[in-house]
Amino acid sequence: MRGSTSGSGLERCWPLANRRAGRAGAVAADWPEAGRGGAEDAGSGPGAGRRVGRMRLRLRSGALAAGCLLAEALGVALFLRGFFPLPVRSLPRGEARAQPPAEPAPPGPGIASNWTKIPPPLFRKVVIVLIDALRDDFVFGSKGKQFMPYTTQVIEKGTSYSFIAEAKPPTVTMPRIKALMTGSIPGFIDVVVNLNSPALMSDNLIWQAKAAGKRIIFYGDDTWVKLFPKHFVEYDGTTSFFVSDFTEVDDNVTRHLDRVLKREDWDLLILHYLGLDHIGHMTGPNSPLVGPKLREMDNVLKKIHISLLSKEGEASLPSLLVVCGDHGMSETGSHGGSSEDEVHTPLLFISSAFEKRSGPLTQLELVQQTDLASTLAVGLGLPISRNNVGNIILPVVGSKTMREQLRFLHMNGFQLSTLLQENTPAYEKDLGYEQFKIAEKSHGNWIKLYLEGNNSEILLNLGKKVLKQYLEALRTLSSSLSKQVAQYDMYSMMVGTVIVMEVLLLLFLSVPKALSSRAEFEVPLSPPLFSLLFYLMCLMLCAVHVIVCTSAESLCYFCSMSWLTAVGVMMLISALMCGILSAVGKILENSRLPLKNPGASSSSWSEVDVLILAGTIGHVLSLGASSFIEEEHQTWYFLINTLCLALCQELCRNHFLLKECDLQLGTTMKQNFDSIGEASECKNIDVQAASNSKLGKAASSAEFVKGSDKWISLASPWIILICCRLLRSLNQTGVQWAHRPDFGHWLTRGITEARFVYVFVLGIVFTGTKDLLKSQVISADSSVKSTGLWEVYSGLVLLSALLFRPHNLPVLVFCLLIQTMMTKYIWRPLKFDAAQITIMHYWFGQAFFYFQGNSNGIATVDVSAGFVGLESYVEIPAIFLTAFATYAGPLLWAIHLLCYLSSEVSRNSAAVGHGCFCYALMRSIPVAIYIVLVTGLRYHLFIWSVFSPKLLYEGMHVFITAAICLFFTAMDQNHSQKVQG
Amino acid sequence: MKEAELRRLLAANLLCAGSIVLTALVPALFLDGFSVLGTHLTWLCICSVCVSVLNVTLCLILKPSPSSKRSSLSNKISRFLKCCIYFFMSCILFHAIIVLYGAPLIESVTETFLFAVLLSTFTTLQCLCLLGPNIQAWIRVFSRNGAMSIWENSLQITTTCSILGGWFGAFPIPLDWDRPWQVWPISCSLGATFGYMAGLIIAPLWIHWNRKQLTYKSR
Repeated sequence: MRGSTSGSGLERCWPLANRRAGRAGAVAADWPEAGRGGAEDAGSGPGAGRRVGRMRLRLRSGALAAGCLLAEALGVALFLRGFFPLPVRSLPRGEARAQPPAEPAPPGPGIASNWTKIPPPLFRKVVIVLIDALRDDFVFGSKGKQFMPYTTQVIEKGTSYSFIAEAKPPTVTMPRIKALMTGSIPGFIDVVVNLNSPALMSDNLIWQAKAAGKRIIFYGDDTWVKLFPKHFVEYDGTTSFFVSDFTEVDDNVTRHLDRVLKREDWDLLILHYLGLDHIGHMTGPNSPLVGPKLREMDNVLKKIHISLLSKEGEASLPSLLVVCGDHGMSETGSHGGSSEDEVHTPLLFISSAFEKRSGPLTQLELVQQTDLASTLAVGLGLPISRNNVGNIILPVVGSKTMREQLRFLHMNGFQLSTLLQENTPAYEKDLGYEQFKIAEKSHGNWIKLYLEGNNSEILLNLGKKVLKQYLEALRTLSSSLSKQVAQYDMYSMMVGTVIVMEVLLLLFLSVPKALSSRAEFEVPLSPPLFSLLFYLMCLMLCAVHVIVCTSAESLCYFCSMSWLTAVGVMMLISALMCGILSAVGKILENSRLPLKNPGASSSSWSEVDVLILAGTIGHVLSLGASSFIEEEHQTWYFLINTLCLALCQELCRNHFLLKECDLQLGTTMKQNFDSIGEASECKNIDVQAASNSKLGKAASSAEFVKGSDKWISLASPWIILICCRLLRSLNQTGVQWAHRPDFGHWLTRGITEARFVYVFVLGIVFTGTKDLLKSQVISADSSVKSTGLWEVYSGLVLLSALLFRPHNLPVLVFCLLIQTMMTKYIWRPLKFDAAQITIMHYWFGQAFFYFQGNSNGIATVDVSAGFVGLESYVEIPAIFLTAFATYAGPLLWAIHLLCYLSSEVSRNSAAVGHGCFCYALMRSIPVAIYIVLVTGLRYHLFIWSVFSPKLLYEGMHVFITAAICLFFTAMDQNHSQKVQG
Repeated sequence: MKEAELRRLLAANLLCAGSIVLTALVPALFLDGFSVLGTHLTWLCICSVCVSVLNVTLCLILKPSPSSKRSSLSNKISRFLKCCIYFFMSCILFHAIIVLYGAPLIESVTETFLFAVLLSTFTTLQCLCLLGPNIQAWIRVFSRNGAMSIWENSLQITTTCSILGGWFGAFPIPLDWDRPWQVWPISCSLGATFGYMAGLIIAPLWIHWNRKQLTYKSR
């Protein structure tokens, strides 16, 4: 069949493509052929929605959108992989263990230092008490004074040093433990794998301690047990899975204490208390439960301290008690972000080796959380772990002699500069490295003086000077190393960006055609010009790839992929480019032809259109500012509110003008119809829709205006607005106003919770069955499909009811209510076209994403949804369930959109295709722009705390949208098949 | 005729805009510590009162809407009362809309309400002055191409501009700059005020520019 038509097909196809389809009987002669082609596509299924003719490729707009989104998902994945490189820092721990550096050699011949071994430990026993979510003011502030009397007394009068340790975002437990124990800053991607923490492979304190034969005992959060398997001689892991458990989880740690403290067979004891974190998550930092918990912790500290002191007489070396928090908590009790409350934790060193504090506590010194690893390594007489970027906290070793102190600092500096050498090619130009070299030299001079037996004041002063030089060098080194954590794989990022931008451009260029009523494309597949261009471009890109990959110094993900994949990606890029070029060419060609109906281009814009356009652009632009990302929910609430008001105005105008026209029949009839036409704004691109359709519309509108429906219709935007206002205060999200009281908190207390669950589940079941029955009764004749769609929709609703937290069920109920009202009283009567409806659905979907309590921070992801109905953590279902629960709002609205559009098929046969295309476009615009923005802002201060989580959310949303669009296309294909059949 | 009316419109509008500028400057001479940002609520009151007084006076002097029918005193009083009720209702409506947009429901009610009053002054009061308490006329003016005189055209423009100004004024609130003018409702009310002033200035210019296209039907 193809062969028979292909001869004339070429000549016939070009004009067909140029003309706006769907408005003429003039091209009717061409249609049967095209129609059969369409039927064939449909038969070949959604994935292969393209038909390869001799010289062209025909695509439905839905298939185009789905294909584009798949390509975009690939681009985003590449970009993400480049943006979040897995931190490859240093050699794995086992290999090539370098000897610890000797003391710098004094200049001049003859004398040499003989101190090459690791310095002996400073402390006999070390106890680390890590209290999860211990904020600095819980210890140093008024709460500490009130509830932790013993600790306060030790801080103020005892032998202790106290600091505020600053944690780097993401302030989540596992990366913080890694930071504390390795001294490095774990990459952002660690958050994503937070739940199934694999064993820590890089060099760390625990491993060093075990290798040195220290016996380690651990009680507390079982994240440690997973991170350091087989490292502890004795352990008891508690799980942070049951968030509402405030007491058991800590009693399980404390119950071992008495026994262990009596024993002598350990060197390092680590306790990780989770109760405070649980209290914070459930009730916030100001809850009455915090005080007793702090008092409990105080008693634990007292017990340990007294026991350590009582043992001290027997042994030569003192013991050390370290108290720290892994992260703080925000005013709502959550953590993960980078606000001061979440970042600042107390860090306490208590040991009899320290000098008694004389005066009252003045300004607390701010140190980095990573500093603990190197300090403890020195304290235990271990080599500093290789990836450490922290500095030794000098006061802790301050009681030692000058020679020892200098030795410690030299070891730390040597380790840091080695790490710098391994990570930066141009390390010699680094300021910190230069400073370290200078300090090392003067250290050598000092040793020379020392070995000569010079023991005077000069030696001390010189030593102090060297100390200062070392500290300066260490600070510079560690800050330049910390900056390097954000090493981006620019090549992969660029490739991803290019794909995403090309997809966006292609979608933009195909807007006029995709939204025409036929919603089909004819892409010329192999004109010689394009195939030549395609091959040339492939060749060129491959050449560039080879050059980049061979010359790149740093590791690059895209280069490490197999050649076949890389060539595939290159071909995709060139194919997209050719598609863009052909689309541009076609547009140019079209513009040369005289426009047959100028009405299409000069169709006037209603307020709703202006708002939709302005809102989309405004939202995309707002992504450049970190505050707007943190408060993105405000943007969406603002937009949907304005949308509702605009719809209300449209309804009012429709209603009142019609009333007027009822009154003044006759002469003004025509004029009024014009204004209605403008008002109700049927902006089909093919404005075949002449006056008769307007008349028909007016007539149908007049029908609906009758009766009480009119008033419900007028009131519906207001009801929707009120629903949205209620939902907004259900979950306060974001950063600035997150401390406002939520309705949600009222609902999560006691028995009301359970009752709400019953009521809402019953309501939802009722709505679901009603919808199902309705679809079966009303559209029994037409299709099983719409029933199926409603079934899918109801199923999703029920699933989200299962997964949502109980207090979020109102979101679901209001979602259903708003969807019903919108459909019945606003969209149907006002007869918006598919594109407008799609965009409104998209906006509401976004708003509901935030109504659910989501935000653009990692902390709000409700991972507990991933455990519903599972006995233990199973990766695939857990990820799927969590993703579904997080994106339930947008998903439900998208499926509702599909249901609605397929019920509108009778009015506009291409509605589903249009909807799919618009949905893809709406998703592509923010993603593409955001990727470019993030690339530009990659050295921004908030890149890890604000922009990166948002990037993950956007990426995830693209994958989900791609799935939705595939589903849309499948439905569209089925439909066209049915129509053809 | 048209030129003269346009000149009158320009004068009236400039007077309004000038009076708003004065409300920001003059009270500082009498009140201690007065500033638009510092004592914002006071300024809101002063500005609303001044603008409404000026509008009513201008309306009485210029009589832009030729009220043909001679009305009795009682009729006038009932019209006046109706106007008051309408104004109050519009304040409530604006307040409700602002709360729906996300303003706190219980805290800072005064601020929200005064902002609503300011918006009503810029929009509803003018409509009342020009069109009277006649909903049909309002609907006519605010539907497309419904204006019947340059006054009504100006009314359309200033009303739209003030509401848009208030709308745009909400944008900087989420930014974390910690500036004094980001406090609720300062940015919004300033936005509305600037929008209103811009509308007052744009309206005569726009009418002047498009005077060829504008043909008003007589009633």
